[in-house]
Amino acid sequence: MTATQTQARNAAFAGVLQRQGAAVVLVLGVAAAWFAFPHFGTADNLRSLVLQGSFLAVIALGMTFVIISGGIDLSVGSNYALGGVLAAYGAQYGLVVAILLPLAVCSLIGLINGLLIARTGMAPFIVTLASLLFARGLLLALTSEGATTYKVDPGSAFLWLGQGTIFGVGVPVYITLILFALGGLLLRRTRFGQSVFAIGGAEQSALLMGLPVARTKISLYTLSGALAGFAGVLTAAYLQSGVTVIGVGTELDAISVVVIGGTLLTGGAGTIIGTLVGVLLRTLIQNVINQIGTLDSNYQTVVSGAFLLVVVVIQRLLARSRTR
Amino acid sequence: MSEATLTRTPDRAKVTAWLQNYGVYLAVVVLLLFNVVFTENFLSAANFRTQLVQAAPVCIVALGMALVIGTEGIDLSVGSVMAIAAALIPLYLGAGPLTAIIVAIIAGIVSGLFSGYLVAYLGIQPIIATLALLVGGRGLALVIAHGQLIQVRNQDFLELGTGDLLGVPVMVIVAGVLAVLAGLVVQRTTFGRHLVAVGGNRAASTLAGLPVKRVLISVYVISGALAAIAGVLATSRLGASDPSDVGLLMELSAITAVVVGGTPLTGGRVRVLGTVFGALLMQLVQATLIKHNLPDSTAQMVQAAIIVVAVYVARERSSR
Repeated sequence: MTATQTQARNAAFAGVLQRQGAAVVLVLGVAAAWFAFPHFGTADNLRSLVLQGSFLAVIALGMTFVIISGGIDLSVGSNYALGGVLAAYGAQYGLVVAILLPLAVCSLIGLINGLLIARTGMAPFIVTLASLLFARGLLLALTSEGATTYKVDPGSAFLWLGQGTIFGVGVPVYITLILFALGGLLLRRTRFGQSVFAIGGAEQSALLMGLPVARTKISLYTLSGALAGFAGVLTAAYLQSGVTVIGVGTELDAISVVVIGGTLLTGGAGTIIGTLVGVLLRTLIQNVINQIGTLDSNYQTVVSGAFLLVVVVIQRLLARSRTR
Repeated sequence: MSEATLTRTPDRAKVTAWLQNYGVYLAVVVLLLFNVVFTENFLSAANFRTQLVQAAPVCIVALGMALVIGTEGIDLSVGSVMAIAAALIPLYLGAGPLTAIIVAIIAGIVSGLFSGYLVAYLGIQPIIATLALLVGGRGLALVIAHGQLIQVRNQDFLELGTGDLLGVPVMVIVAGVLAVLAGLVVQRTTFGRHLVAVGGNRAASTLAGLPVKRVLISVYVISGALAAIAGVLATSRLGASDPSDVGLLMELSAITAVVVGGTPLTGGRVRVLGTVFGALLMQLVQATLIKHNLPDSTAQMVQAAIIVVAVYVARERSSR
């Protein structure tokens, strides 16, 4: 009796760790950094930390939806860069164009991804790999092989989106929080969200239940494309120009933070909050490595890779111990 | 359903199957003919050498990738493994080129063991296991090299990338030998049969008592070793170790070559000759676009289109 109780308690503990492990690590990490680095706890540093994280968070939000559905979107990094360049280019025609042009183009790329995946049954991995190349090619073509940089006029109202602050905190942070709140509602409170989970859990059953599988998938990839493009908009406003070299490898960053946040790559389970925690953890690691200063900045990627691995291995081991 | 559709369906299936089997060869031939007719100075020994030499590293990496994909896996770490190999070369060149090459290949094998262990024994999805090494591996290479490009001056070592043997570039010979070996392994060995079985149906293979875990770990080790060899060759050809640039996006090129060559992403089948031609095709496409003054951006978009078409054709086949 007591043995089964202990067992049950252990299983519950493992479950909490699996779901909240990243949050626990985040709290511990923040506490450690606070004590270890005098500069870490300053308002300036914390403000820049959340601002830096907000761009990746917007991309990772879309990725979370896609991964919960059992898919993957490798094209987000290219879409992100493309969105930034289009925003900076569009800024000369006003705020509305600066936002709508990148959103339209990146949604279209996402829509094509979704159509190919949902209507032909091709692997998401390979379809979005192709659109990674395609969007990057389009970006290079738009900027005459990367030689042209579109600068945003310093007086443009568009810049407020990236550089403005409210109560001292950057506007992108508020936008990110609003998007995450909307994303959470969409995922948890709507039929669409239910379909996403159902498709990720068991696509055949979802089909048999009469869920609109194809339509949901198409919407998901469109959403992911749009969000990546919008992250590009925010970044262009923040940097005051469309930078062609950003976004290389961003798809991997986004996948990492989603997985670290507890969303299973096999689909069917995941949370929006987890992704937010994952983003903060990743930004924290970067920040700490910068604080150490003497450390070779290349260690940043080594640590990110190792960290991703540790989280995935722990997730895997816990999942195994629970099924036993 | 009219009678016409009924009779047309088998024809279409035949055409698709034919394209799946021979499409890549047809594409290479068509592209060669196009170039012979429309591209100036294409028909020269020097040009053919260049094309083959440039296709060699992709081809070598793609051979390993084909084996991994045959087991329904994927290896995203190949570019980073190339970078690690490249970063190690200047460190050990003092002890002779052979030592440096062996160290680099061992590093590739260790990387493969690492990914393979995660996939085979911990049951982590290949895409994530190798993603971690893709992210961390390049950082590791940069840490080893202190983020610097280092010139390589050892003549013997440079022979690998620039030298000839009986009039054939050494790199092409290496790629050719490795391709033949890969073909023999897949077609003639028990390991090859096991590999295809594991990719075809993992559960059945386990039940049949096949050494599933050993097969899985082996393919990642082979892929790591081949990526390291490609890194060594690329370093030798360039005359410098450049860990920040070597092998960048190589995973994409290799996967493309494999898929275009007719190996389905769903595993259970490996086409070695197709993979070699897939690598040649990607090189020819790039060369054709460059020779006709089309920019990089167009080349990328064309490559994207080729991937989609190739996978679309492959899909029809595998769904049957």
